[in-house]
Amino acid sequence: MTDFARRHPIWAAVIAILVAILIWMIFALWPSWLVDLIGKKKVFLNALFNGITLGGLYFLVASGFTLIFGLMRNVNLAHGSLYLLGGYVGYEFAELTGYWLLAFPAAFIVVALFGILLQLGVFRRMEGQDLRQTLVTIGISIIMADLMLWGWGGDFYNISAPSWLSGPLETILVTTQKRSGDLVYLKYPLVRVVIFLAAVTIGVGMWLLLNRTKIGMLIRAGVDDRDMLSATGARIQLVFLGVFAFGAGLAGIAGVVGGTFQSVAPGEDIRFLLASLVVVIVGGMGSIPGAALGALLIGLAEQFGSVYMPTYAVVLTFLIMVGVLAFRPQGLMGRS
Amino acid sequence: MSIFDPAETSLAAPSDGRSWLERVPVAYWVVGLILLIMPAIAGDFMLFQIFGWTFILGLIALGLMFLGGYGGMVSLAQMSIAGVGGYMVAIFGVSAIDTISLGWPWYVAIPIALIIAMLFGTLTGWLAVRTEGIYTIMITLAIAAAFFYFARQNYVMFNGFSGFNGVLPPMLFGVDWRGAAAFYYLTLFWAALGYLVVLYISRAPFGLALQGVRDNPRRMSALGYNVTAHRVAAYTFASLLAAIGGILLTWQSAQISPGTAGIGPAIDILVIAVIGGMRHPVGPFIGAFIYVILKTYAIDALVTLGLSGERFQLLIGIAFLSIVFWSPDGIIGLWDRLREDRKRDPLTGRGGEEP
Repeated sequence: MTDFARRHPIWAAVIAILVAILIWMIFALWPSWLVDLIGKKKVFLNALFNGITLGGLYFLVASGFTLIFGLMRNVNLAHGSLYLLGGYVGYEFAELTGYWLLAFPAAFIVVALFGILLQLGVFRRMEGQDLRQTLVTIGISIIMADLMLWGWGGDFYNISAPSWLSGPLETILVTTQKRSGDLVYLKYPLVRVVIFLAAVTIGVGMWLLLNRTKIGMLIRAGVDDRDMLSATGARIQLVFLGVFAFGAGLAGIAGVVGGTFQSVAPGEDIRFLLASLVVVIVGGMGSIPGAALGALLIGLAEQFGSVYMPTYAVVLTFLIMVGVLAFRPQGLMGRS
Repeated sequence: MSIFDPAETSLAAPSDGRSWLERVPVAYWVVGLILLIMPAIAGDFMLFQIFGWTFILGLIALGLMFLGGYGGMVSLAQMSIAGVGGYMVAIFGVSAIDTISLGWPWYVAIPIALIIAMLFGTLTGWLAVRTEGIYTIMITLAIAAAFFYFARQNYVMFNGFSGFNGVLPPMLFGVDWRGAAAFYYLTLFWAALGYLVVLYISRAPFGLALQGVRDNPRRMSALGYNVTAHRVAAYTFASLLAAIGGILLTWQSAQISPGTAGIGPAIDILVIAVIGGMRHPVGPFIGAFIYVILKTYAIDALVTLGLSGERFQLLIGIAFLSIVFWSPDGIIGLWDRLREDRKRDPLTGRGGEEP
């Protein structure tokens, strides 16, 4: 970080000022002119937190995508279908057993197994043919979307969180002051906070796994030069299989999270595929910190967009993408 | 990237003293004649729905084939560009939504629509060529999605979810161009023109340079060619084809809405180009014909098999997947392989190519 500040002093200063303004906007009691200008503080805080938690969800989906891409150069356009499959599996499992928490390992395992099947049956057969692999994943996503529509119909499913997670969380953030002088504190759904924390934990865990363990070393070496890695005797096919299963499983978990936040329905696969595409394009292909930054940016842009400029909320995210592409084609955190 | 093997076009025209008319292969005469007398054989539904639609989708996919086959760039934004073309005709020309439509005459509205669609396509290309290979697919997919959502949410210009209806072709020469035979000839004309122009460009200096850029961009740039400019120009040309197709598509259904240029249709265009084959401009039309036939009759076939007619997407997906799996060059590739097999000497197993 000090390195960045030394190399780009002006940018660092701009970012510091923005962060300071943001912190002030979160904690301070808003003066009336600011309320007149952009509306209530409660709306702003809700948009901010919704954006951050949505970013957490996007990170879960996109990190698997970017991990698979980084190692295998395989753009898995069926990633959205894996997400949706995870959502359905999680829903069925939660309904069956009645335990919300069990939906996560179930979705992870089922979708990871499916991922292993994909890797063994499809991708290994056409290694090195990026374009053909991509086309195949498009075909798979078309077929999977229709099979899932066949199996579960066009209804919306909602995975209900357990009662100990359902209430609101009293935060220490002040939204406004009543006439009597009492402070009004912000209430925020507990489940979103918990899930966001879980996403952060997974993210940090992945970072540690990649940077501090032997397996991570293998994976990073594979990202840099997989021919050289396999020449040193590492069983690269096993690494591929593991990473693919893990990335797919993450998408499955994200499906359960998405089903709890919002709902599981046909069409969500495309939505989350696009979201993860934009996230990894903005953040930089194959980079986990990039996926985190991109997910945060896109989640915030979507939520603030839908609050402050409702008509063009979606377009805002694509404008960010176009801007990044125009000035930094490799993504914010990508290596050129 | 076996999909984009170098096109096997015979680049040097044989100069054996025959005039260019005599050098046209027999197959062209046969197909051309059949297509010309088709209105005498086929019914109105066949002409308008099956053939009209085939030519339109084929024309849009032809642009993708040009980009993919000669330029090595697979773009999913083709349908969005077609959508821009259709929308602009509705906005500048006449439609039932007269609060937005400007009602300008066709000879102003159509050129404006084409120019705007080409500008959009060029801009897309300019963004997309900053990346390569699979990245291009992702970026163009994202652009297609952005256009879809933008058109759906913008009510000032694009009339939001419902789009425009009552967009009709002009009554030129006193002919109702939405009549079955007239529309058939209209689409046939543009499809044939597009086909011939692509065939011509593939052998013209620009097309050859583009194929060189596809095979080895570094060498081409060392030879002094501007690689980026060639790629962007390819996008511009492909978007012209898409825009013409988009305008025809709008006229065919007399309406345009965001769903016309959604993500599903964008992927369908890729499916069409891949099923047909990206090595020769005839591929997209073959692919479009198969797609249209499937889309029109698959429901009946599925119902007779005892399945729900909604499983059409499954059928398309399986067809697409098996083509990508077993014949990366599409139907054309299958055809070529069959022909090579026939030419092979049964004893030595060699040959396959003419002496």
